[in-house]
Amino acid sequence: MDILRRALDKINMQKTLDWQLATIKNIKEETPRVKTFTLALPDWSPHRAGQHYDIRLTAPDGYSVQRSYSIASEPERTNEVDLTIEKIEDGEVSPFMHDVVQVGDQIETRGPIGGYFVWEAAQGGPLLLIAGGSGVVPLMAMLRHRGAAKSDVPTRLLFSSRTPDDAIYFDELEKLNAQMDGLKVFHTFTRVQPSGWTGYARRIDAPMLTEVAAPLGKNPKVYICGPTALVENAANTLVQIGIPAPAVKTERFGPSGS
Amino acid sequence: MDETMDITGELMLDGNAAGGMFYELFGAEMTASPTECATCGTPNEMGAMRTFNQAPGMIMRCPACGNIVLRIVQTPDAIYIDARGAAYLRIARVSS
Repeated sequence: MDILRRALDKINMQKTLDWQLATIKNIKEETPRVKTFTLALPDWSPHRAGQHYDIRLTAPDGYSVQRSYSIASEPERTNEVDLTIEKIEDGEVSPFMHDVVQVGDQIETRGPIGGYFVWEAAQGGPLLLIAGGSGVVPLMAMLRHRGAAKSDVPTRLLFSSRTPDDAIYFDELEKLNAQMDGLKVFHTFTRVQPSGWTGYARRIDAPMLTEVAAPLGKNPKVYICGPTALVENAANTLVQIGIPAPAVKTERFGPSGS
Repeated sequence: MDETMDITGELMLDGNAAGGMFYELFGAEMTASPTECATCGTPNEMGAMRTFNQAPGMIMRCPACGNIVLRIVQTPDAIYIDARGAAYLRIARVSS
């Protein structure tokens, strides 16, 4: 265990994290309420899929606010990161990012942060990824990293969205699903389904998790991310259907946006 | 099992949310650091702690027994850390 701990220390150690001024290089609308911001970083360091950056806004009177946003891009893409951000109506940072920020603007950012909810291809699998809404962002970083690393680790993503219009990265996930390299993507749409839809159309429950997880065997690595209530429900249900609790890692986003 | 929760439950996050603050306080990545609940003895990584940060201070609770493991309160002059709920905290050395 001590050898493992020293190895993990080596991976986790990095120089002290400082705030840096990132420049917005690109803004892409993913869904009506979600945008991806590409940040060019003067002091970029390679991240691990699942980590996040903090953004800090400071008003002229000195009032400042910080929020954490998961990195969406793979670490193989250097000198910049994508942060996919959902606009929360009464939020303090996301409305500013959506409504005010333009390409060329600079914002204070700090990262990459996180050592618990991360996955690297070298860790292997099988992988069970469960996402609710914008919880898909760090899991997308994992899938993009998996592709860039040419990993064929058996992986299943179960992605819960309210409507097809809300399903972030839908087209890219379809492409990844079609590549047949060991990844399968399952959507569940809880409020409105596409016409002709034969897939899941309800909240995540035990039969759904059992079906999705079964081919991955008894000991997958599990990552669940999204609103706290969805994460709680999925994590508890997984343990009930026999997945060992230590194998389940969670990232709760707090109350859902609406 | 349904997905609705009371508002306090919904505000619960994981230890990842404290990642940036740990850097400020301890100068190191801590979310993967092992710790042990002083109340029930269950070992866990800091990232697994149930974290509440929408309050005058941050509380981290043991995922096994729910007791408080860590309390951090920031004032203009100082940072208070109450780690009585943790058997230990481990801060890795950073070589420079």
